[in-house]
Amino acid sequence: MATELTRMTAAELSAALTAKDVSATEVTQAHLDRIAAVDGDVHAFLHVATDSALEQARQIDNKRSNGETLSPLAGVPVAVKDVFTTTGMPTTCGSRILEGWHPPYDATITRRLKRAGAIILGKTNMDEFAMGSSTENSAYGVTHNPWDLNKIPGGSSGGSAAAVAAYEAPLSIGTDTGGSIRQPASVCGIVGTKPTYGGSSRYGVVAFASSLDTPGPFGRTVLDAAMLHEVMSGHDPMDSTSIDAPVPPVVAAAREADVSGMRIGVVTELSGEGYQNGVLARFGEAVELLESLGAKVTEVSCPHFKYALPAYYLIAPSECSSNLARFDAMRYGLRVGDDGTRDAEEVMALTREQGFGAEVKRRIILGTYALSSGYYDAYYGKAQQVRTLIIRDFDAAFSQVDVLVSPSTPTTAFAIGERADDPMAMYLADLCTIPSDLAGNAAISVPCGLADENLLPVGLQVMAPALADDRLYRVAAAAEAAFTGRWGHPLLAEAKGL
Amino acid sequence: MPITRDEVAHLARLSRIALTDAELDYLAPQLDQIITAVAQVQEVAAEGIPPTSHATGLTNVFRDDEPRPCLTPEEALSQAPATELQRFKVPRILGEEE
Repeated sequence: MATELTRMTAAELSAALTAKDVSATEVTQAHLDRIAAVDGDVHAFLHVATDSALEQARQIDNKRSNGETLSPLAGVPVAVKDVFTTTGMPTTCGSRILEGWHPPYDATITRRLKRAGAIILGKTNMDEFAMGSSTENSAYGVTHNPWDLNKIPGGSSGGSAAAVAAYEAPLSIGTDTGGSIRQPASVCGIVGTKPTYGGSSRYGVVAFASSLDTPGPFGRTVLDAAMLHEVMSGHDPMDSTSIDAPVPPVVAAAREADVSGMRIGVVTELSGEGYQNGVLARFGEAVELLESLGAKVTEVSCPHFKYALPAYYLIAPSECSSNLARFDAMRYGLRVGDDGTRDAEEVMALTREQGFGAEVKRRIILGTYALSSGYYDAYYGKAQQVRTLIIRDFDAAFSQVDVLVSPSTPTTAFAIGERADDPMAMYLADLCTIPSDLAGNAAISVPCGLADENLLPVGLQVMAPALADDRLYRVAAAAEAAFTGRWGHPLLAEAKGL
Repeated sequence: MPITRDEVAHLARLSRIALTDAELDYLAPQLDQIITAVAQVQEVAAEGIPPTSHATGLTNVFRDDEPRPCLTPEEALSQAPATELQRFKVPRILGEEE
């Protein structure tokens, strides 16, 4: 029974819990057992909240036996990226500078998960302050891809993706700034969504690049991701960039899974040189599949997308250099060298030297450069203009089609260590995902098969206009149903040793 | 060579990061390579194009200024590296002669 429970989807667990076929305590214990069994190899978690998870589960079981009406996710476990503040648990952001920090407040999304009765299993590994595409930039060790432990799980939300792929949790949450949900979802063979910017609250999400950071869900199925999307989203007065609009009907769209008559645009610029053959082959098949399901497919050009990567690597570091100034060793976190001989600035510089890893330092310095007087117009200013042009490309495209599609990443999971000393090679992992972050619209990654070269998962990316997140789920669910029918099982069933 | 080792050292000082010499040797060529790559944005004809700082179009978002519960002093200070008399205790901020 215990293994069976960890193989169930969130939707199946929700139904079984509602029918009282199983208790929240049993479900939670099964996942804690699974974590104990496999996380030594995968290292998806930085903190496992055994006691509070079981206590939460007991409360849900009591409420249910008292006949209370509960949310669909009540009793369903979820893993939380270590960038969301959580009372009663540490929050490190994968950084030494926050080692041992216990935030005194919950993120809005943490609070919403708790209110919905979702069981918080613990905190997942990530690239330090969400900067990276492999989770190798964590100060607490690398997470391993459950498909092949020698490969990266993607990043920055690599722990959240790996936890779901390894059946340690049916659901998890991450954040996407340049692709940090969709890229790990793609390389781990699961579903991950970047909601519309402002559709999910940033309150209590430790900031990396505030105009881009977007919390979103991971699941093993499109419907599961939609269920979590619905619970975590919605207007939050505590986040001034939160959009005051209803949550798009994502769960209904995932259940309908109908693309007949939809206009789907294939982005010309997101293919070709630099893309792995197996990725392009699976993507091509996915497009044919959608066409066979009744969608009208056309090719759409977005000429400025080729400048999205350089614009992003100016905008995100600029914002990060400002946001991470808060780590000043004065009010919380690490403090180094305060022995009475040094002044505050020296202590600050020593603390940041020892508390930050190489990638965070690179980006802070890069951002400081891009914002400095004399360079501002040529770098940050120009990148902001390119951002406008990318938004205009999307607007033009969405005047012709309902959604855009591309591969989620140019390649499948690469080997741990392969790109660690080559920042530009690492940055290319975000090539397909960055445009949606810059435009603030919505995008999803859904598995579309295995690359022939290495039998590792490939993701199909679907992009929709802002606040049309439901279209993502409609298309992704249709593709998922057709693919699963063709394969005879979910893609994840192909992963060896799981 | 858009950026030199000395410039990286200067930027690190501005960023309050006490980089070691070994790190400067490692980071300076990488930053040079990254800046060369991102400078590609300068190719784009963008004259007269307004900049976008964020994509929602929201401006001046306010909420009502109403009293509501907040952290207690104990909670606010609970994660501080050092405290004294219910305050954050910090290293000296002025030099001997100031």
